[in-house]
Formats: sequence, structure tokens, C-alpha cells
Amino acid sequence: MNNNEIYERLNSIFQDVFDDSSLTVNPDTTAADIEDWDSLTHITLVGAVEEEFRMKFSMKEVVEMKNVGEMAQIVAARRKR
Amino acid sequence: MEMPAFTALKKNLRKDMSAFPACRIAVLGDCATQHIAAALGGWGYEAGLRYEILDTDYDQIDAQTMDPGSELYAFHPDYVILVNCTQRLYAAFCACPAGQRDRFADTMRDRLEAVWQRIGEGCGARLLQLNFPAWDDRVFGDFGGKIPESFPFQLRKLNYLLSESCAAHKNVFCVDIDGLQSRLGEDRVLDAKMYCIAKMPFRTDFLPYLAKQITDTVLAASGSFKKCVVLDLDNTLWGGVIGDDGMDGIQIGELGLGHAFSAFQQWLKELQNRGILLCVCSKNNEDTAKEPFLRHPEMVLRLEDISVFVANWEDKASNIRRIQSILNIGMDSMVFLDDNPFEREAVRSLIPDITVPELPENPEEYVDCLRSLNLFETASFSEEDRIRTRQYQAEARRASLQSRCADYDAYLEGLEMVAQAKPFDTFHFPRIAQLTQRSNQFNLRTVRYTEEEIAAIAGSDRYLTLYFTLKDKFGDHGLISAVILEKREDRLFVDTWLMSCRVLKRGMEEFIVNKILSTAAAAGYTVVEGEYRKTAKNAMVARIYEKLGFTAADDTHFIARTDSFAPNPTHIKEE
Repeated sequence: MNNNEIYERLNSIFQDVFDDSSLTVNPDTTAADIEDWDSLTHITLVGAVEEEFRMKFSMKEVVEMKNVGEMAQIVAARRKR
Repeated sequence: MEMPAFTALKKNLRKDMSAFPACRIAVLGDCATQHIAAALGGWGYEAGLRYEILDTDYDQIDAQTMDPGSELYAFHPDYVILVNCTQRLYAAFCACPAGQRDRFADTMRDRLEAVWQRIGEGCGARLLQLNFPAWDDRVFGDFGGKIPESFPFQLRKLNYLLSESCAAHKNVFCVDIDGLQSRLGEDRVLDAKMYCIAKMPFRTDFLPYLAKQITDTVLAASGSFKKCVVLDLDNTLWGGVIGDDGMDGIQIGELGLGHAFSAFQQWLKELQNRGILLCVCSKNNEDTAKEPFLRHPEMVLRLEDISVFVANWEDKASNIRRIQSILNIGMDSMVFLDDNPFEREAVRSLIPDITVPELPENPEEYVDCLRSLNLFETASFSEEDRIRTRQYQAEARRASLQSRCADYDAYLEGLEMVAQAKPFDTFHFPRIAQLTQRSNQFNLRTVRYTEEEIAAIAGSDRYLTLYFTLKDKFGDHGLISAVILEKREDRLFVDTWLMSCRVLKRGMEEFIVNKILSTAAAAGYTVVEGEYRKTAKNAMVARIYEKLGFTAADDTHFIARTDSFAPNPTHIKEE
């Protein structure tokens, strides 16, 4: 499993969801770093990541994920494509 | 069908939709609806509709509908969407005392109807009620189907009761989310965590489907829907090539792969029964092409099911244009079905407005593919729909009489036309409402009315109403025109005048204007005012008032006086 590939794909999802093509994320990126990252957009983001990687987050993960790094770890472990 | 992602729909919200017709829509839910509203707005771009959306806060259905000063009523919506979710329904069911559970569905139905009632009194919007996607708690297992106290029993009953109530409330349309879920599968609709975290009843990737389903009904209720299917023959309606394989060689019926084509024809026949016109456009000799319709024992479709039959060796786009001019309907209300990708592409590029679905390669998948597109959403159904094909065939016979007559006047005289003019009556409310929704070209002000609104107008003394029927020696056109006259202080104002284009240029326009003037005179009015409200489709009537004896007050307003009006000549006699 290639971590770079996951970050590349996550990056384009973030650009898509926040409609900002200059956005780049790294493992330490948190909601505080992105202006529009509120609870509503978080749901959109989770849905888009699930769709892209054909996997599901648990409710606990959705609520407790602290940064993009944690999100990428879960994706790496569970993704189906 | 390939659907855009929810994020793509959200991006659409920033695109320029100023060229699209506007539609004011309010979203009310007992759950979180922000994402639903966003998906809907974004789908508008896909469907060519500019939604202006009021998304009310969480769980505001009662608050918004009970308060006459609410945001909802101040917004003046064209449509109100009611999103009642299955999750809340289950919570209410669990809170329902055991002794009352067998009446749970009835109680909920009454509650929803009360909301409809309030919205009906508070504003004139049409309602789109989402029904409940099935969800079985499996508490009784399959046995729950025999237990009226079980949740799945009550949910199914409620969905049924909702259909029944919508049938009685012409202003309310049921959006069948349960049916959508059964086509897609529960896993593609629900995600438990989304409801737990955000009170969102649906997965985000389901929202585009939901938005499409809602928009399909909005478009149909706003007058945009399909009226006609143009069919290829070889390898579309039957397997093989009639010109090469002959009557014994084509596949239809029980033989070989024939069953797939029979099933497809059966489905088309059902469309035809409900008023969709079927036409044939085939590259064939006409006699060869017609033979299976006349003589093949296993054909489901027969010649009398086809409104216009065109078989020749010209290109299909020209033939489709010919069919369109005979039927006199908009290209955007036509669908072209052909198994050949080259023909599809050619028609698509030459006639951008026609709908040309990508048919699957395997004929057994035709029906499922077309079902999934939901091309034939409608907002009304009346008796006239059933006999439409016969009317268009009579039209073809009239065309042949016309070609034999020396001049047009002689042709009109030879038609022996008789018309009726009567005030709206209960029996005709559905057809009149349907005409206000369907008519785009011959429609002076394009005001859309539901059956309920038509009933209210007919019962009000603020209005005079007239509907018109026309028949001739070839057949009965039925009710083809409606006029609503509003009584203003010093004049009679033509609120609505629309006419079916089937009867254009027969002298019906003249007959109707004469009748409007004589009705005005009988009611004591001297002045009749007509208005032309321009739309993308009604240019044909821009100058009609002037042509028929009105005087232009400005570009869009026209006046006639009963004391100086000279009736227009017409060959139509009043019955």
C-alpha cells in the first residue's frame, strides 16, 4: 500500500470538498487549518473519502479523528481500492 | 445510470444558472436537511433549473407551518418538500403504546395530512412528500408481515396510505424514496453513523439520486415531460433485420431471443396505454417494415398503436423532424430509441433537444435501463391520455384530405367541425389542469394550475371560465382549449388562454375569441383585456390578439371592446 498515493487521492478530495485547488494536506493538517472545515463539511468529507476508497469509517472514528494522518491510517488499513 | 458525486453537485452551486427558469423551493424536514438542499440546488444545474432554496432549520415542520409569519410563508415557495425520515418514524413507533400500534400508520397519515392542510392554507405551493424508505427492525422476522403491531407492517401501510392521500390531494405529490431504495438497495441509502452524528437520514452519495427523483417530479409538475417515443425497428423492436431475415426469421415471441423483444414491446405498450405516443422511424421499405405489425402473430405492438409510421431510406434526423411536425409537440418532449450507436449519435448531434438514451447492447436489459432513467415522470393522468394515439391517427387522415382539397377554406368546410363552449365542470377539472401544465406553445400567459386550483377558480365568482371541445368528421379532439376570465373592476381580464396545438389553424382561435367577447358582453363587460407573457416556447401567439381583432395597448397588452367587435369568420359551428 502506497502512502503517497493515498495522500494524493485525499488531497484531491479535500480540494474538491473545499472547492480550493490550491489546498494541500499533510498528516498534521487539522480542522483548525482549513477555514471551511465545520461539522457539516466534515460529513461531506467523510462521505467523499468513503466513496473514493470504497470503505467505511465508524462513528467513533468520524468523531475522534484528530488530523489527516489519522484519516489516512484508517484508509490505508481498510480501503478496497 | 451514471450519477455525479455529491461534491460535484455542491460545486455546481457556484456555476452560472441565470439562463435557467427559476423555481422557489422550501425544504422542511424532521431531520438535518442541509445536504439535501445542497444536492438539490446542484442537481438543478444538471436539469436546467435554477432552484432558489429555503432550507429551514432542523425539525421545524410544525413551527414553520403553524406560524403565519414564518420564513416559509414569507418565502412564497413554488414547491415545499417534506422530508420525514424513517429513523424518526421508528422512534415515534417505539414511543407508541402497545395498544395503539395497530393504528400507528393511520395516526401518522393524519398528522402528515394536517401539515399539508396548514401549508395549503398558508401558501399556494405544491407539496412534495417523501415517502418512507422501508426499514425492517426484524423484531418479528418475516412473521411481522402478519402482525399489524409490527413496525414493518405499519411502515408499509403508511406508504400505502400516503399514496392514497396524495391521490385525494391534487396539490401533493408523493416522491417515492421507498421505490428508489428498493432499486438501489438499502446499503446505498442508509448509513447509521450519519444519522447518529448529524441526524442525516441518508448517505451523502445517495443524495444525487434523491435530488434527481425530487427534480423529476418538479419538472413534470412545471410542464416539462416526455410525450412521445420514436422507435427504430430492426434489433430494437425485434431481433434481426426484417428486410433480410423476413417474417419467419425475425426474433419476437417465444422463439430464441425473441422473449427479450416481446418484454420490451409489452413495456412500450404500457407507456402507450397511459398516453405516451409511439412512432416508428426506420430505414426500411414501408411495406416490409409494416408487415410484422400487420401479420406477425407474436408482435405485441400493432399498427394501431403507432401514431406516425415513417419507414424510408432518408436520414433519421429528417424523419424525426417530420414526425415532430405532424404531432406538433416540442422536440424536448420526444425520446428516440435505437440499438445502433451511430444513429443515436447522428440524431443527438443534429437534434440537440431530443432525448436519446444509450441503450445497453443486450436487448434483455432495455427495459431495466429505461426504467432507471425515469424518463416518463408525469404530474397528471386523465381519460384523454388513453385515447391520444387514435387522435393523432385521425390527424394523419386529415392531412390526407387536405392534400386532396383545392384550397384551405374548402378543406376546413369539408371537415364539418362542431365545437362546444362550456363553463368548467367537475368532470373536466383533471383535463383542464393537465392542459395548463402541458401547453407550452399556444399558451398566452403560461400559468400552471393544479386540479385543486382549477376547482377553486371554477367555484369562485371572481372568474368566468370556458372550456372548448372540437370534433369533426374524422374524430373527436375532446377538450382542446381552456379560458379563464378574471372579473376586474372595469374589464374582463384573460388570465388564461391556452389551446392544444393539434387544432391550430382550423378556425378554433377565431371561434374562441368570438366566444370570449360574447361571454363578456353577456356578463355586462364592455372591455376585454388580454396579455401575452413571453416564454421560451410561446412565440407563436405573440401577436394573436391583434390578428383576431384586439388593439395593442402596449407590446404585451391588448384590448377589445364588445360594442365594436366584429366576430371573426370561422367554419366551426357551435353545438
